Amino acid sequence: MTDSKSAPDFIAPHLRGIPKSGIRDFFEIVAGRKDVISLGIGEPDFKTPWHIRERTISALEQGVTRYTSNFGSPELRKAIAAYMEVSFKAAYDWERETLVTVGVSEALDIALRSVLSPGDEVLYHEPSFVAYAPLVSMAHAVPVPVRTYRRDDFRLTVAELEKAVTSRTRVLLLNFPNNPTGATLTHADTQALADFAIRHNLLVISDEVYSELTYEGGRHSMAAIPRLRDRLVLLNGFSKAWSMTGFRLGYACAPAPLIDAMTKIHQYCMMCASSISQCAGVEALSAGDEDIADMRESYRLRRNYLVGALNDLGLDCFMPRGAFYVFPSIAATGLSSYDFAMRFLDAHDVACVPGDAFGASGAGYLRCCYATSMEQLKEAMSRLQAFLKKL
Amino acid sequence: MDLLLKMLKENARETDAALAKQLGTTEEDVKARVAAYEREGVIRGFHALINPNRDEGMSVRAVIELRVRPEREGGFDRLATRVSKFPQVEALFLMSGGFDLLLFVKGKNLKEVAEFVSVGLATLDGVISSETHFMLKTYKDQDVLMESEDHDDRLQVCP
Repeated sequence: MTDSKSAPDFIAPHLRGIPKSGIRDFFEIVAGRKDVISLGIGEPDFKTPWHIRERTISALEQGVTRYTSNFGSPELRKAIAAYMEVSFKAAYDWERETLVTVGVSEALDIALRSVLSPGDEVLYHEPSFVAYAPLVSMAHAVPVPVRTYRRDDFRLTVAELEKAVTSRTRVLLLNFPNNPTGATLTHADTQALADFAIRHNLLVISDEVYSELTYEGGRHSMAAIPRLRDRLVLLNGFSKAWSMTGFRLGYACAPAPLIDAMTKIHQYCMMCASSISQCAGVEALSAGDEDIADMRESYRLRRNYLVGALNDLGLDCFMPRGAFYVFPSIAATGLSSYDFAMRFLDAHDVACVPGDAFGASGAGYLRCCYATSMEQLKEAMSRLQAFLKKL
Repeated sequence: MDLLLKMLKENARETDAALAKQLGTTEEDVKARVAAYEREGVIRGFHALINPNRDEGMSVRAVIELRVRPEREGGFDRLATRVSKFPQVEALFLMSGGFDLLLFVKGKNLKEVAEFVSVGLATLDGVISSETHFMLKTYKDQDVLMESEDHDDRLQVCP
């Protein structure tokens, strides 16, 4: 007879091994406090542009509240295909090569589950968005982090990848512009990464959710590389550039067999993305890019301010060309990322996320998000000055 | 619009130092450019945008549509300039459509505005008719929502 089981015993061992997000821990600490200036928020401070909200309201009025096709509504998929064509000269057949998902997070999850078998390895760069390694593990595969360095402005280099690739490597997972570093890729980088993937026969999954928030140097999508087309799953969404985080709307573009495989999972676990959100997505894509341009300009100015202020205070910080994060080094203070963040929070009520919440190679750094008002940024920097003086 | 002007329009109280950092230039450069704008009359002033709904001492405001007879020489300019000199007139525009001049007018109370219209405006040579609309509540002014959505309801820390 076996011992009687209690609730925790039912939890799958591979899930038990996955730690909760480091950001989650920090959130719990910050959540209880009042009047905190938070530079720890990973979402835009702008409200969703009004015309998109207006379109959502009329969608509700018209009763667009039914399931859509598993793939997503034809209107939205056509708009996505047109957007990819115009933005990246990447031709995708809207009917067979696009899939609308519940945020990029779902798209990434089902992309990984579609292609990975137990024991397969996935190369991803570190520091990285907190979901990558856990999602790979949940697909019973092995996440293999590849370091990026300040000296390379946190770009992913083929030299580092070559050290990590093995015969079990199946996927190269990319996220540029990057959360948490703000790093972007150059045209030459994308070409080199494409060659690397082809040389080692890898599938590339590229999460380009921040691509519209590129400030200098041009946008270089992996989707713009024709020779990669047959081995690329391109992920994008509406959360960041259009300030639509709560709509939970993302999409994947890929060759038809891969979209079919992803849709197999999507249809059973999700059926379809919210029909209301899909209407909002059509509006976002078809109403021109004036909203995005205004928000991008505002982010760029705030980035300039924050990078300037941090460097003036003696915290080395490179000028990121994308996303809305800066990633200053706090090595000069001698504190660990966690101690720095905790002490700064305790003494001055400013929340920044410890860099190692994004992987071990983020140790010695902080992630500061500048999607917050100039007033708050200035106040945060004046408190930082006071904090550093007392160290 | 020049980016510096746009930034000042959004927040005229932003410090030169913060403006300089955002624009990637020096404080001196910002000072010089603002001074030049003032000298050239591009910038005509800096003032607070007060929410009339919240300010108890705020005066009554009205919008007045004025139909006037244009003159052979100068069209509407002479009369418009004259009307604009009244301290009650906050803003004045020449319009296309069913009337000619649009005035934004303020006064201590209803009576004062009414008197300004009947005595100050209606009697002017060239004024044919006027239509006065009193403002009841301000929802949005100069791009700014008076009851704003500004409260930040985001989670304090998220990935």
